[in-house]
Amino acid sequence: MPSMLEVSELTHTYPGQQAHTAIGGVSFEVTAGQLTCIVGPSGCGKSTLLRCIASLVTPTAGQVRLRGQPVRGVPEDLAVVFQDYGRSLFPWMSVRGNVEFPLRSRKVPRAQRRRRALDTLERVGLSGAEDKYPWQLSGGMQQRVAIARALACEPALLLMDEPFASVDAQTRFELEDLLLRVRAEQDTTILLVTHDIDESVYLGDRVLVLSKSPATVLADVEVELGQQRDQISTRESELFVRLRGEIARTLRNAPQNRGEGDHEGSREDEEPGPDSSGEDRADEPALAGSDSAGSERGPTE
Amino acid sequence: MSEVITPSRTRRWRDGLTASASQLGVLAACVLLWQLATLGARSPFFPTPVRIVTEMWQLWFSGDVGTLFLTEAAFEDVLPSVGRLLLGWLLAALVGIVLGMLLGRSGNALAYVGPLLSFARSIPPPALLPVFMVLFSIGFTLQLVTITFGCLWPVLLNSADGARSVDPVKAETARAFGISRAHWFVSVVLPAALPKIFAGLRISLSLALIMMVISELVGASNGLGHAMMLARDQFDYERLWGGIVLLGILGYLLNTALSAVERGVLRAVPR
Repeated sequence: MPSMLEVSELTHTYPGQQAHTAIGGVSFEVTAGQLTCIVGPSGCGKSTLLRCIASLVTPTAGQVRLRGQPVRGVPEDLAVVFQDYGRSLFPWMSVRGNVEFPLRSRKVPRAQRRRRALDTLERVGLSGAEDKYPWQLSGGMQQRVAIARALACEPALLLMDEPFASVDAQTRFELEDLLLRVRAEQDTTILLVTHDIDESVYLGDRVLVLSKSPATVLADVEVELGQQRDQISTRESELFVRLRGEIARTLRNAPQNRGEGDHEGSREDEEPGPDSSGEDRADEPALAGSDSAGSERGPTE
Repeated sequence: MSEVITPSRTRRWRDGLTASASQLGVLAACVLLWQLATLGARSPFFPTPVRIVTEMWQLWFSGDVGTLFLTEAAFEDVLPSVGRLLLGWLLAALVGIVLGMLLGRSGNALAYVGPLLSFARSIPPPALLPVFMVLFSIGFTLQLVTITFGCLWPVLLNSADGARSVDPVKAETARAFGISRAHWFVSVVLPAALPKIFAGLRISLSLALIMMVISELVGASNGLGHAMMLARDQFDYERLWGGIVLLGILGYLLNTALSAVERGVLRAVPR
């Protein structure tokens, strides 16, 4: 498999009086077609890492290569799904307008734009809603629009920043399965950031476990659960239970990089100027939250 | 927003009618008082409203059907004024919106020119009339420059403010999807800034009326301001008052029209 994304020694420090190093030398490689989940405690710099890869934030040091080419400026064949669908969609555009909007800048002809938008909307289960406005839809449906907008760009790399953190549990399961389905159809390389260990194991071919900030890769876990996954039986399987335990233990036993506590970290992560956008808002106090949520939601072990 | 949740359409109609009826009632009462007061005072400087309206009618609105009942005097006095006002205002709107949006989105530029803009805005535009008179001599250019200069600042500053207020998540989304500069400004910044832009346009429109009259009072060979100066020189106080009343009506109509446009646009561009 060819390499799609190469991140080498990526470091980012937010300047300021209390300079805060969000990422401390992260290296990994993603092969084409892989769905990689990045999981880590709240405020550990996951979102910053994603923003560095998308060139929305210029890293202090290190390099990002997309298909072997060093990334300078936001790459063309990249799409992003943000956590905050309510703010990421444009309320003055219809659902179809939102999906078509990036295609307009990519100079896709009108008829083809329309067809691609309607196609993708159908695939995310939104046929018939194309002339509605985002604010007329439920949260889950709005995030479907955002996913459709990203998929319609036919990106080589799809970045997802906590995409399902702001919807209710039921919708979350639906959207997770939707993602697995469209991904099987379109064969996109996906990098998904989450603070939910269960979600990372359920969705990923591979899980990168990040430490508290400054983030480093604590573990790189292959998830050999196969292509077909099921919200109930997969989560019951021995491998699933073992992996999520393994990841949770890795995170808990990780050496404390900084003593100031992670609440501080989450604040500082948002602090820097115009580039940040209140990313980690819905992050609950990280590990403890996702851990207990996991054992509640997951079937009995 | 004047939109109130009301139980039914008919009820809303009835409430609306009652409101307009009471508004008309107050207006009628005031005009009646004015009529009685001026009748009693018998001062040549304060003609009665009936005589003012009659004068306005004869002077400007008793023309042929073919000219929409406008008289020759209306073509001489009213239309040039309205034309100047609208042209100057639109010119200021265009320049103000474009420059304002660019400034609002250009990082430090607004911080650099901020004090300069505040200074320019603080100059009462009429104070510049003598300078403009020297520069452009009396005529159309003088009037246009005066109106445009007066109207520019509120639009510019409001547009900059509105452009700055684009939600950072939307800005980041646009960047992540490689939205082109033109699409970014037209389809993201402009819609986001529209409410502020309209606030600026409304202030400017009332300023445009003021600047139009002032520029015509000092330097014009036609238009309402010119007609009023002429009427004063000829001791024709009915015509002078007619001009004042017409200016009031004009301002009211323009503001109503702009409000209607604003409501329509903001409904078509939801946020």
